[in-house]
Amino acid sequence: MAKKTREELRNLREVKKTGIAQRNSSGESIRIIVGTGTCGIAAGAMNTLDAFQDELESHGINGEITQTGCMGLCFSEPTVEVAVPGMPNTIYGNVDGKAAHRIVKEHIINKVAVGDYAFEKPAADIITDETDDTTKKQKRIVLRNCGVINPESIDEYIARDGYAALEKVIFEMTADEVIEELSNAGLRGRGGAGFPTSLKWKFTKNVESDQKFIVCNADEGDPGAYMDRSTCEGDPHSVLEAMTIAGKTVGANQGYIYIRAEYPLAIDRLNNAIDQAREYGLLGKKILGSDFSFDIELRLGAGAFVCGEETALLASIEGKRGMPIPRPPFPAVKGLWGKPTVINNVETWANIPMIIHKGSAWFSSIGTETTKGTKVFALTGKINNSGLIEVPMGTTLREIIYDIGGGIKGGKKFKAAQTGGPSGGVITEEFLDIPIDYESLQSIGSMMGSGGMIVMDEDDCMVDVTKFYLEFSVDESCGKCAPCRIGGRTCYNILDKISKGQGSLEDLDQLKVLAQAMRKASLCGLGQTAPNPIMSTINYFEEEYLAHINNKKCPAGKCKDLLSYTIVEDLCVGCTACARVCPVNCISGEVKEVHAIDQSQCIKCGQCFDKCKFDAILKG
Amino acid sequence: MTTIAGKEKMLTPEIEAFIEKWKGKPGNLIMVLHRVQEEFGYVPRDAAFEVAEALGIPVAKIYGVITFYHFFKLSKPGRNQIAVCMGTACYLNGGQDLIDECERILGVGLNTVTEDGEFSIEAVRCIGCCGLAPVLTLNGEVFGKVNTKQMRRIIQQFEGK
Repeated sequence: MAKKTREELRNLREVKKTGIAQRNSSGESIRIIVGTGTCGIAAGAMNTLDAFQDELESHGINGEITQTGCMGLCFSEPTVEVAVPGMPNTIYGNVDGKAAHRIVKEHIINKVAVGDYAFEKPAADIITDETDDTTKKQKRIVLRNCGVINPESIDEYIARDGYAALEKVIFEMTADEVIEELSNAGLRGRGGAGFPTSLKWKFTKNVESDQKFIVCNADEGDPGAYMDRSTCEGDPHSVLEAMTIAGKTVGANQGYIYIRAEYPLAIDRLNNAIDQAREYGLLGKKILGSDFSFDIELRLGAGAFVCGEETALLASIEGKRGMPIPRPPFPAVKGLWGKPTVINNVETWANIPMIIHKGSAWFSSIGTETTKGTKVFALTGKINNSGLIEVPMGTTLREIIYDIGGGIKGGKKFKAAQTGGPSGGVITEEFLDIPIDYESLQSIGSMMGSGGMIVMDEDDCMVDVTKFYLEFSVDESCGKCAPCRIGGRTCYNILDKISKGQGSLEDLDQLKVLAQAMRKASLCGLGQTAPNPIMSTINYFEEEYLAHINNKKCPAGKCKDLLSYTIVEDLCVGCTACARVCPVNCISGEVKEVHAIDQSQCIKCGQCFDKCKFDAILKG
Repeated sequence: MTTIAGKEKMLTPEIEAFIEKWKGKPGNLIMVLHRVQEEFGYVPRDAAFEVAEALGIPVAKIYGVITFYHFFKLSKPGRNQIAVCMGTACYLNGGQDLIDECERILGVGLNTVTEDGEFSIEAVRCIGCCGLAPVLTLNGEVFGKVNTKQMRRIIQQFEGK
């Protein structure tokens, strides 16, 4: 495989496209596509892959088994798509060896779908394309190739119009036209803050400098968000193509992808993609035979949330402690090693090839007045269908939770959805019908954030959750500025007191004052937004704080210090089930006699409560 | 092979070759430390001194970086490393209960190694498998949708291996 010219790339694309079209229309081949993202592998996708191999061999069936990235159906991993002539493509969930055996026997040989594992809808309705069908709740632009192509094959990416945008930028567009196109599209940074991408590029382009850099922020530190990992694993070339486009536009020759060391598979797939792109002459010297040269290297993060902040991230790439510095100057003007640097996050990058390829008019037709395009959310927590979803901006939370997410687990009551992670806030039931965009979420005290969306039910305590986020922020504070370092710790201590029933009303007031002070006086985004969970939960759930303070009770039954398990004498039949399950042996009592829990020994694990069939254990 | 202090060299030839490759590139320190930890499971003190010498930077700067980032360890972990995810989804779905149960089974607290050096437990940041919460990894192998009752069996799989 030698370096390609523009003509050769175009020819390759046509050949591959025709090949795939023929394969699909003739419907002669059997294909089994296994989702092998990190989630899939964790759930056993590699065993599934082997099982299919064995099954096909043992039946002497000639079929193709391939891998793909995340289909977004994390709750049912391992997921598998099966294409058989004469039948609609079907997606199966929870496919283990046994399921693989049945799928081969029933679906592939007997041509009857295996109802126990199959999704109700045909695959085309689940892995929706960028088709403009408004009846579908989801719309995949960023995830367009995830779960569709083999992420380790550059040819499959090229066949889906991959690198067509780069071609256009190199041979047909001026730098100003590219920036104009992004500006018309209305693309805003998907890392959370929503800064217009075209402006960042423009600043960097307009600075005179001997060297400029392009950086991809793949240091996805927000707990509960994993769309960047899935994009890098499922469609690595989209990031490379976009960064190369930016290099050409602003005049940079070197790009860096700063990625979490905790994402080994994403690192492998990116490295593999970089090698392939170099082979094809899509990275390196004289790209596609033009005068433009650009290359990309990976730099590994080392577990510091603050490195999501631009200036801290750059310090980390430079091999230093990831401490932020005050802005301005902004990295767009003075960034990596003091040179002008464009930094965007993975999701932002993944949008760009599509915007260039399909045009800004198409992109800006999607979304709301102020926020165009789509947003990927990692929908998790107490939700039935947890997974990775992509919806047009302006979709309501109700559609996300009930139509896509399938409602709350175990039929429990929805309490709140948390977006923006440790920097965000909660969205309560009364706001379920607000169309989601940057402004609307901010107006109700939350934020878009990077896309973690965690659903909480009646069993989740808001004081406890807030304490969880503060613990995170305190741990991640770099310690450079006092408001964040000391303020965060003090807030955490107060929350800890309240969760133990030792808080006072003065504490609550102090918490509010401290939160305001941190927001105003902290040096960087981490400290400024760390109090957001406090403000938001006090705003919407103050009565829960008051219950902890005044009544020494945790209404959700989550704060262990305010919880006790007692045996209701009238209901206890002395079956000994609770005593047997107790891990610390603190339940005593003879058979057929009333039992008792030794409160001084009880660790409040709740196992006795779950085990008792007679409702004889009271939690409260 | 000896260093100036007269001790056996810690860095393997492979790591030295890696350092050589990266030496000219700016911002190489974190990549080198990753390579060292990959080899030893942590960054041994002697290795840090050797890296300082090889890269020509002060040891203080190296320790500044190691202690800043959560990923780098200064002490040797257990032969089997249990990492319980404490991302938000895992936390809500009972991550803390898994840690409590682990501590009870192994008789050691977080970030400590059992006396026989077999196991160590740590709480880690989101590993991005939120759909399978709560999640833990044992020597990098991911276990999803874990409950406290499965804990003992999971640990036993690795015991003495």
